[in-house]
Amino acid sequence: MTQAAKPVIEGFFTTGDKPALLGSRCVKCGTFYFPSVEGFCRNPDCDCSQFESVELSRTGKLWSFTNACYKPPEPYVAQEPFEPYAIAAVELEKEKMIVLGQVAEGIGVEQLKAGLAMELVLETIPDAVEAEGKLVWKWKPVA
Amino acid sequence: MTQEIAIIGAGMHPWGKWGRKFVDYGVEAAREALADAGISWRDVQFVSGAATMRCGYPGYVAGATFAQALGWQGAEVNTSYAACASGSQALAAARAKILSGQAEVALVIGADTTPKGFLAPAKGERPDDPDWVRFRVGITNPTYFALYARRRMEVYGDTQDDFAQVKVKNAEHGFSNPKARYRKKFTMEDVAASAMVADPLRLMDICATSDGGAALIVCSLDYARKIGKASAPRVAAISTVTPTFASAVIEMPDLATDSAVAMEAHSFRAALPRKAYEEAGIGPEDVSVAEVYDLSTALELDWVEDLQLCPRGEAAALVREGATRIGGRIPVNPSGGLACFGEAVPAQAIAQVCELTWQLRGQSGSRQVQGAKVGITANQGLFGHGSSVIVKA
Ligand SMILES: [Zn+2]
Repeated sequence: MTQAAKPVIEGFFTTGDKPALLGSRCVKCGTFYFPSVEGFCRNPDCDCSQFESVELSRTGKLWSFTNACYKPPEPYVAQEPFEPYAIAAVELEKEKMIVLGQVAEGIGVEQLKAGLAMELVLETIPDAVEAEGKLVWKWKPVA
Repeated sequence: MTQEIAIIGAGMHPWGKWGRKFVDYGVEAAREALADAGISWRDVQFVSGAATMRCGYPGYVAGATFAQALGWQGAEVNTSYAACASGSQALAAARAKILSGQAEVALVIGADTTPKGFLAPAKGERPDDPDWVRFRVGITNPTYFALYARRRMEVYGDTQDDFAQVKVKNAEHGFSNPKARYRKKFTMEDVAASAMVADPLRLMDICATSDGGAALIVCSLDYARKIGKASAPRVAAISTVTPTFASAVIEMPDLATDSAVAMEAHSFRAALPRKAYEEAGIGPEDVSVAEVYDLSTALELDWVEDLQLCPRGEAAALVREGATRIGGRIPVNPSGGLACFGEAVPAQAIAQVCELTWQLRGQSGSRQVQGAKVGITANQGLFGHGSSVIVKA
């Protein structure tokens, strides 16, 4: 991981040793959102419009997984030659939500199993402009 | 009883990649439906169109576009857009018009022309657009269907062979359907040999997009009696409920589900037929045939459970024992489903009802479900749209 790399999208995650996704939380009913929302809470019984910015849990349980065997269309920038990558859906216990993300490089679907403990990491993915790529969040089985 | 309307005509332009205008497919389907109903185009008082978002302005005002192409005759028009449920929404609009006494006969119609190749997303950085964000981080459309499929394997022990069996079954059903696009009896070996797209789903597990058009002539029960069609199949329920917060399942194009800390998580797919059963006053045990949205082979198994045709987790067993084949206990997708058609968004939900109409009339030839009395459809699309329609003989 190149320290100089910029995030693929601003405001979606923190960087550093213990990176975390940045979401928001309704101050009234406690509902979490990722990505963050502005405006109004989507809980039909909540009329709140105030949110606090929160770091989501860095670990969760693998809900399901797959991979991308073909080069995705733009705006994805694929490495050449294209290498399939795995994708995880991870259940966060505290937030009671499932969050998607690529799986850390070098880990294929054959190494995954529902229920596996997963941890958030940052890696770079290719970018059309930045030669060193850009930072993105990924899920990695807890060692 | 007064909540029902009759289906007196059904018509479809064959699905395919014909390279013609969507209007042409719709008009051909409408003419077939009118001939089937034995009424004249001038008898139609309401045209309820399902919009297509791919064909410019004429597609946004599809109801009017079809009415003009058939020849303006003064009918009122309406256009519905509800993603994959557009056709059901158009049917619901026609039913409301008929049940309120404002029209006796309506044409429900949808057609689509698919673009050549992929639709290129607009250029530039759009971090506020969830669709742009998920593509930027490498989450494609098959990802979602593959996650659902893998979840079945992990939780219920389904196998890729179970999914392949769905494809083989649907291919056999659609083989003799003149309206289907793919008419080949694929084998387990064919499916296994097709390229992996998103593990565990292969190319043959995932449906294509197609051109196609479908139309229905619906009317009041009085009108049906008047023209000697008192025993025509009836629309007994149309469910187009939206999801209930919080979402239990990750939906395209989202990166996350709703958080269920304040509200219990709900399955949207399961809610759709539940309301249809309630409205029709029947239960899953009354269903003789189902047409479901098999965007992937594994998704058909989810639908079978959402329709409560078997307990959760047991759909693969139904497929293994042949229960969902024509001749089985509860045939699913006798038309061949999306596996044999490919998806033509605004026409698809109408096509499902066309198939049920033919099945309930006993006109389906070699793909006839013997003694079919009650049929149900189910589909789900983007932006909280979905539908389930019940048709009774
Ligand atoms: Zn709230």
